[in-house]
Amino acid sequence: MLKHRYFWLFASPLGILLFWEISTRSNLLDARFFPAPSSIFYYLIFISPGEGLWTDINASLYRIFWGYLAGCISGIALGVSMGLNRTVRTIIYPLVALLYPIPKIAILPLIMLIFGIGEMSKIVVVAIGSFFLVLINTLHGVDGVAKIYHDIAQVYHIKKHNFVLRVILPGALPAIFTGLKLAIGYSLVIVVAAEFSGADAGIGYLIWQSWETFSIKAMYAGIFVIGALGLVFSLMLNFLEQRLTPWRDYNQ
Amino acid sequence: MRALRLTNWDAIHSKPHKISMQISIAHLNKTFFRKEQRTIAYENLNFQIRQGEFFCILGPSGCGKTSLLRTIAGLESATSGELNIQPLGSAKPGTIGMVFQEHGLFPWMTIRNNIRFLLENNVHMVNRDLDAIVNEFIKLVGLTTFADYFPHQLSGGMRQRVSIARSFANEPDLLLMDEPFVFLDYQTRCALHGLLLEIWQRKKKTVVFVTHDIEEAVFLADRVLVMSAHPGTVKTIVDINLLRPREFLTLRKLPVYQDKVSELMELLREECEPFTRNNKQPA
Repeated sequence: MLKHRYFWLFASPLGILLFWEISTRSNLLDARFFPAPSSIFYYLIFISPGEGLWTDINASLYRIFWGYLAGCISGIALGVSMGLNRTVRTIIYPLVALLYPIPKIAILPLIMLIFGIGEMSKIVVVAIGSFFLVLINTLHGVDGVAKIYHDIAQVYHIKKHNFVLRVILPGALPAIFTGLKLAIGYSLVIVVAAEFSGADAGIGYLIWQSWETFSIKAMYAGIFVIGALGLVFSLMLNFLEQRLTPWRDYNQ
Repeated sequence: MRALRLTNWDAIHSKPHKISMQISIAHLNKTFFRKEQRTIAYENLNFQIRQGEFFCILGPSGCGKTSLLRTIAGLESATSGELNIQPLGSAKPGTIGMVFQEHGLFPWMTIRNNIRFLLENNVHMVNRDLDAIVNEFIKLVGLTTFADYFPHQLSGGMRQRVSIARSFANEPDLLLMDEPFVFLDYQTRCALHGLLLEIWQRKKKTVVFVTHDIEEAVFLADRVLVMSAHPGTVKTIVDINLLRPREFLTLRKLPVYQDKVSELMELLREECEPFTRNNKQPA
């Protein structure tokens, strides 16, 4: 069964779509609210591009890219510092525990107050969202590096930068990847929500606008794009993870 | 024949002579405090480890022998007493090597890089041909064909061989070994004992080897320190004056060897008695 992983990667979503298609065509579902997937794909491929789909995708990708990058880099850096330095950990940890559960969308107005309603506020809110997930997982990963490696580093006088770059980071890498994967999904959620209000382009903007003008197929087209982006990002991260952690035995 | 082999080893070891270390320990104590509970790891230890000797610390589990070894390594500190490592080089990087119960190989590095990584961080290895040293030691433990494998692709015995190669490659003046073969099966352990002694006789390092296995101690050591448990103290130090090079299959038949094993067994059995006496078997 698992040998056909790539088959199921396409087969299970296609199964759902097929079920949906049949239900709509046989009038089990209201075609106004649930148009047949085939018609949505037709709209997505032949009509949406003429209505500025690529501009919207570009706008969202731009925000996700910079926000995610900034959030991940700062999350990994602070996570490693907290994991290795008790003082940093003691001071920062209460702040993390306090700020992490606040829904990031709830602070969007505040961020717009500080960074304006332009691109920067959306990048910042994506960055904050990714930051906490990556930070917490990185910290967990650094804690998980076995004590014996700390002992070896001490006995053999491993230089500090070598210890961080070649022992701690690779040791924490599996956990860091968990954070990166959670964060990319969350970035998509946040960017769409941020684009619902105060944006003039983006997939969230597309979905919201389509809803307001009752162009349901365009709305579904936006949702499909989000799903496809999520899938592509996951596959990219999985590929990267396998490349960067070759010591992990994937057959286990 | 044996003498000839010894001289051969001496010839191989013709590099500039490095001084091996000696250790003197006086009134050394260590007590753990945890939640108002006081646990004595070891108490009033007094002994010396000679330069270049193979020194075994033998004792039941929980007698503080690992703790003592970690104190010598500088990983833990003693509560009171004196620990003197001469020549005073314990602060100098690369002078102490350690092999742990678990192999401690970095899973994300190949065998070659595991050995190389420690050499790169050793200040004594600057301007040395690291690749040549790595290759020499991989060959010494017979893993040349596995040099570019990752640790998880190797068997437990192979991993511990890499671990030994890694510690010797650093040319430590003092090598500390904390029950390095405890998780290996009997045959692998025997093979590694032979390998360890062979490398040790070539490289002439002071080795402190912690174990709870009596035969292992007798086979390897020049002297065996027997520790008693709760609190850990020095019970006695036994000289194992058996000829080297030693071969297990020959040695185990010799009465001198068997005598040493029984002598240590008696000493350790005394240690076990209060334990069995205090714990009545359920009816």
